[in-house]
Amino acid sequence: MTAHVTSPRTYVFVFVALIALTALTVTAAQIDLGWMNAVVALAIATLKAFLVVTFFMGLRFSSFVSRVWLLAAVAFVLLLLGGSLDDLFTRHTATYLPYEQMDGAVPGIGLDGLPTRPAH
Amino acid sequence: MSAVIREPSDVAPAPYVAHHFDDAEQQFEASTLGMWIFLATEVLFFGGALSAFAYYYWQNADAFEAASNHLDLVAGTINTAVLLSSSLSMVLAVHAAQTAGRGRQIFWLLVTFALGAAFLGIKTYEYAHKFHEGLVPGPFFRYAGPNAPQHEMFISFYFALTGLHALHMIIGLGIMGTLTVLSWRGWFSPAYFTPVEVSGLYWHFVDIVWIFLFPLLYLLGRH
Repeated sequence: MTAHVTSPRTYVFVFVALIALTALTVTAAQIDLGWMNAVVALAIATLKAFLVVTFFMGLRFSSFVSRVWLLAAVAFVLLLLGGSLDDLFTRHTATYLPYEQMDGAVPGIGLDGLPTRPAH
Repeated sequence: MSAVIREPSDVAPAPYVAHHFDDAEQQFEASTLGMWIFLATEVLFFGGALSAFAYYYWQNADAFEAASNHLDLVAGTINTAVLLSSSLSMVLAVHAAQTAGRGRQIFWLLVTFALGAAFLGIKTYEYAHKFHEGLVPGPFFRYAGPNAPQHEMFISFYFALTGLHALHMIIGLGIMGTLTVLSWRGWFSPAYFTPVEVSGLYWHFVDIVWIFLFPLLYLLGRH
């Protein structure tokens, strides 16, 4: 049976890269980058995962269908997360004001919390 | 590979191509595809849990970051290195199954097992510390600082996510043990090493889950 035999040297190189990326992500986490901290952490994690999938799991040698399955799973998780966050970001309920300031704070909603009706 | 239960034997079984496959290579590809399909479901499994975490993190970023600092960063980093090493030893075990005899196979499989067990050992130490501090979800949670409900939420996610991951690790250890026994019985050779390859895929996936869990749980509040 023809099998793609990768040399142990390649594996060790990838391992060293993974360890280096781990050190990088721990170091970067200690620096205050604001909201970029999460982005950097996830980007490094994605790169590490890509290295594991490509070199350790041999996806580059596997059939095209296997890659489709993995990409489909990732796509659906992103859809799940994207839909949930879309709901969260469009709620516009982040600030609760004291009662006296409610009138006019949200367009179309009156002091009693009900939609204001235009006078007929 | 047929489903017949094999008797212990000192002789490696002859590579067997089931009748519905064209050749051994297609049979091998089908096995790996089957594992990739299962891993796709696992991606959705952890993906759902991580999406819930992302959702609550977005709502309570400051409190979650403060709670994250209660986790042991050294233990988490060491565990990450341990798991990455176990992925290396696993892939060397596959390589040994492809090219070498059962001596090297068993060696690398046992190294992988040992590293996985070390991971679980460090996790146990972390959990014990959390129990001691009172940072456990449920009625025994105690936290004296501000934003206690959000801290409890974070700790719930920590235990749920790492607990699910640890369960997968335990299953992985069982698989490693089985592979070691089969290797000792002489099952694996350059002509047939599918179980090692496929178990390797599972093991690497569990490693990838941790690669994402580590920054999300341990690193978000360190700045």
